[in-house]
Amino acid sequence: MKIRISFSIVLTYTFLILGAIIFITPFIFLITSSFKTPAQIMSVPFRLWPDPWRWQNYVEAFRVQPFGRYYLNSTIITSLNILGVLISCTLAGWGFSRKYFWGRDFFFLLILSCMMIPGQVTMIPLYIMYSKLGWINTYFPLILPSFFGSPFYIFLIRQFFLTIPDELADAAVIDGCSPFKVFWYVGLPLVKPALVSVTIFTFLAVWNDFFSPLIYLNSPQKYTVMLGLTAYQAEGFTHWEYLMAASAIAMLPVFVIFLSLQRYFVQGMAMSGLKG
Amino acid sequence: MSNIRRRYLRETLTNYAFIAPAIAGVLIFHLIPMVTSLFLSLTRYDVVSSPKFIGLNNYKTMVVDPLWRKSIFNTCYYVGVTLPIRLIIALIAAVLLDQKVRGITIFRVIFYLPSITAGVAISLLWKLIFQPTYGLANSLLAHFGIQGPAWLGDPKWAMPSIIIMMSLNIGQFMLIFLAGLQSVPTYLYEAVQLDGGNRWHQFKYVTIPFLTPVIFLNIVIGIIEMVQMFTQAYVMTGGGPMDATLVYVMYIYQRAFQWLEMGYASSLAWFLFIVLLVLTIMQFKLSGRWVYYESAGGRR
Repeated sequence: MKIRISFSIVLTYTFLILGAIIFITPFIFLITSSFKTPAQIMSVPFRLWPDPWRWQNYVEAFRVQPFGRYYLNSTIITSLNILGVLISCTLAGWGFSRKYFWGRDFFFLLILSCMMIPGQVTMIPLYIMYSKLGWINTYFPLILPSFFGSPFYIFLIRQFFLTIPDELADAAVIDGCSPFKVFWYVGLPLVKPALVSVTIFTFLAVWNDFFSPLIYLNSPQKYTVMLGLTAYQAEGFTHWEYLMAASAIAMLPVFVIFLSLQRYFVQGMAMSGLKG
Repeated sequence: MSNIRRRYLRETLTNYAFIAPAIAGVLIFHLIPMVTSLFLSLTRYDVVSSPKFIGLNNYKTMVVDPLWRKSIFNTCYYVGVTLPIRLIIALIAAVLLDQKVRGITIFRVIFYLPSITAGVAISLLWKLIFQPTYGLANSLLAHFGIQGPAWLGDPKWAMPSIIIMMSLNIGQFMLIFLAGLQSVPTYLYEAVQLDGGNRWHQFKYVTIPFLTPVIFLNIVIGIIEMVQMFTQAYVMTGGGPMDATLVYVMYIYQRAFQWLEMGYASSLAWFLFIVLLVLTIMQFKLSGRWVYYESAGGRR
């Protein structure tokens, strides 16, 4: 019996390590390529390890394209989106979690049903609307919607607010709290885990977003990181080493947040799976 | 009495103040655009001149449009091959990660990496991997004496290249499988063991039947997500070569933003909407059943 158990453990590890090698090889290739010279990248036969390690690729990557600028743009857009989503979705989530009032369930269902409308359907009218407003090549189309709530996050935050008993909120009102203060001091502190999850989702979605910047931004100075990456290969000859260095830096915040907040990530992915 | 009514009215108004931005958002960013899109799909519209009503002509054009057919074929090809591969890899990974062995967190992180970083950066990385002369893929093949194809440059191999890359994107499937595995009651495994069954019997007669609803859920979620693939095709091939990777959303994008045929593109989008709607309804039914399963048969 003992031998059989250790055999199954060995088998498990064998498969785990085999899988890990397959999954991690592209990333190792990314890192090593980012330290190579063009000649090393194009060398046949292939050599994985750079020799010597060319650190200045990471400096050059910022010089050949205004990558620092892209980074700043992405940071601004992402932070404002997170701010917008947190404000609008906590407010709405709180409102929908209160005692029954006329129209509450109707509007809640209306908002939930909007999760089924794919972005491809709304993008053309929205694009036309923004162009009529003269907002093409501005950040308004990329930021403004977040301040008007997002169905799934409203749903998520509402679920957390529902666990707060009405009596608690009523008590605060009797003590002379204004409705906003009840929300702020009674409601919000109890839903912190939901807010962390929402922040992570929003960060990931906005930081990695490619489609919206692609259709709304024209001038390179306004590009986001992900859109800016495609600019490296726009010229006739692709400098793979700069492109790989830039890609590594573009993914860095995602890695850091993933590694430090893994638990929330996992919950989040499962939840977004149920949402679809 | 009037006091109570006044209080109810005040509370209602307060609550409406809380939900007002969200209601405005739903109208401005979802419902009005949706209705506008339906209207636009019945017109010819190039943004510059005003929309011209042409009835169902866009939909009639669509049915005989060879590029539309091509894009549907490409999308089905992509989903049809990627989905089963991803399911199998995710199931194996989930079963492995469900083992109680040391260092499992590290492996979990590694198996997630392609999923959380999916997008432009990873697509560019794979573009270098698939570079025909000095890319990693052909260098490895050359190691075994195989002359590799031109991958993204070859109409026959462009889609398989994208499929290979996207098959590693298993994070979400794996998680849902893991949750499903954890809902399998341990006493059933013990029962199989008592009856003299081995690991394979446990897997075949307990795990798989328990996972069936979860597998269906993953299939539907997977189709919904994969049908909307765009970034990878845009970055790696731009839909080429010879429209070999022109997937459905890529085609909508080209018609709308490169050819400025907003009316026709809207009708393309509405076709996608109907397909997704059917799938989403299926998903809701399935996830309901899955939640039921978990609460009814969870570990006690």
